[in-house]
Amino acid sequence: MSSAILDQDRRGFFFTEYVTCLNGIVWREALRFLHQRERFVSALVRPLVWLFIFAAGFRQVLGISIIPPYETYILYEVYIAPGLMAMIQLFNGMQSSLSMVYDREMGNMRTLLVSPLPRWYLLSCKLLAGTTVSLLQVYAFLLIAWFWDITPPPVGYIAVLPALILSGLMLGALGMLISSGIKQLENFAGVMNFVIFPMFFASSALYPLWRVREGSPLLYYVCQFNPFTHAVELIRFALYGQVNWISLVVVGGCTAVFMIAAILAYDPSHGLARRGPAGGET
Amino acid sequence: MGRDDIAMTASDASSAVTSPVPDKPVGHGTATTPALSISTVSHSYGARRALIDVDFTVAPASFTALLGLNGAGKSTLFSLVTRLFAIQAGGIRIFGHDIGQSPGEALRLMGVVFQPRTLDLDLSVMQNLLYHAALHGIGRRDARLRSDEILSRIGLADRAGSKVRDLSGGQMRRLEIARALLHRPRLLLLDEATVGLDVKARADILGHVRHLVTEQGIGVLWATHLFDEIIPSDNLVILHQGRVLARGEVARVLEEAGARDVNSAFMRLTGTQSGSLTP
Repeated sequence: MSSAILDQDRRGFFFTEYVTCLNGIVWREALRFLHQRERFVSALVRPLVWLFIFAAGFRQVLGISIIPPYETYILYEVYIAPGLMAMIQLFNGMQSSLSMVYDREMGNMRTLLVSPLPRWYLLSCKLLAGTTVSLLQVYAFLLIAWFWDITPPPVGYIAVLPALILSGLMLGALGMLISSGIKQLENFAGVMNFVIFPMFFASSALYPLWRVREGSPLLYYVCQFNPFTHAVELIRFALYGQVNWISLVVVGGCTAVFMIAAILAYDPSHGLARRGPAGGET
Repeated sequence: MGRDDIAMTASDASSAVTSPVPDKPVGHGTATTPALSISTVSHSYGARRALIDVDFTVAPASFTALLGLNGAGKSTLFSLVTRLFAIQAGGIRIFGHDIGQSPGEALRLMGVVFQPRTLDLDLSVMQNLLYHAALHGIGRRDARLRSDEILSRIGLADRAGSKVRDLSGGQMRRLEIARALLHRPRLLLLDEATVGLDVKARADILGHVRHLVTEQGIGVLWATHLFDEIIPSDNLVILHQGRVLARGEVARVLEEAGARDVNSAFMRLTGTQSGSLTP
């Protein structure tokens, strides 16, 4: 018996194999992203349209008082910048889940799922890869926003990184969880109407919650329970070198819950197993 | 003789295909360990039963054809063997490793070519191979060496940098087989690998896979609905409406079915009309 065969019969995996797998998944996700330039452009155009058009138009209507973490009056563009960063991650998380539904329908998903490494690890790598891509988008947005006079303190660019990773993981895990429940690509339009829009608009991304409370106390409570609100606030505070502890706990907790649920949903005895084979197969 | 009688008789026919399934894990890599053991596996989608007490084994260095109409349950069986679906009843072992208990060890020994194309069309040939290698924990340098070697062997060395979407159907299938072999598995599963290909491409791929059995000692399970892909030296499992109707060496199955060729044997066992399995 050759050493190669003996090696195949060993139990478990080396640390280097886990690292290689992670590198491979991140590398593939980055390659796909670079190959789909229109995806990169559209990911940037969306928040920039909000910044350049929406914020400019509403600057006079939606005045912002001094609220933490800001120490002075700020322009409306400055206020919505963290919300737009979170919006990039929200769309990226949903785009990743759309890509997972597509991969599952086309069969590519099987390449990932028949890897011998533990499935929870593979899905975590996939999540991390999606988050990495969202970081590239967010920093590209911050670069453009800098020319628009949105200039957080230099330390904020570094301090915001952990917040972005955590919020990216949370939104990616949510997208992964949603993708496990979508049977056909056509159903994905519902995600836009029932997940993305409500999450984004019922949050502190576009207006501070005290203003929401003035308008509708019910909506205020909805916003408070929306994890996206906390992702926005986590990013907002981190961008100014501060920590919003409540948001940190909420985002951390939601990340854990969404991740566990997504991993369970992709476990053969829970999610995919309930479905029949793909079209044309028996 | 009824279907069950034939299946029962055929079950004793060949040690290569029908040796008893061990209840406990056996020593890894020993000569007696089947490459694949499927033991009384059943699976349902709600009220619809897709597989009913499916039971057969594949020996190392053997070619086993899994013959069945569309809808027979072949792809469901593949999904169970590769752990895409959880096993509802019965057991599946790869070289003694239970797929439910030790999926990592079992999957490491297995290469799979699914019925639908699973290549990433936007990536190049080499990138697809490197991605697969990474999913098996194979480092970049080793993966490149293996990829170069395997691409040369399948005649795609000059297409390493090409986008997969620019390959022909036959080239894509060869690439999928190459990818399935990259981590040097000892069992290769192919689900309708020649569907949609022209006659020459089909012959090339089948020849390549048979060569793997003789030269590298890989156990192969080849799911098909095409009679002409089966030769007398193969082992044969006939799956119909989720049940195994016959299994064993082709000659033995023919003898038990009282037929002169696989086509007639299949028709006799399943009661289907001639010509229903045309490509």
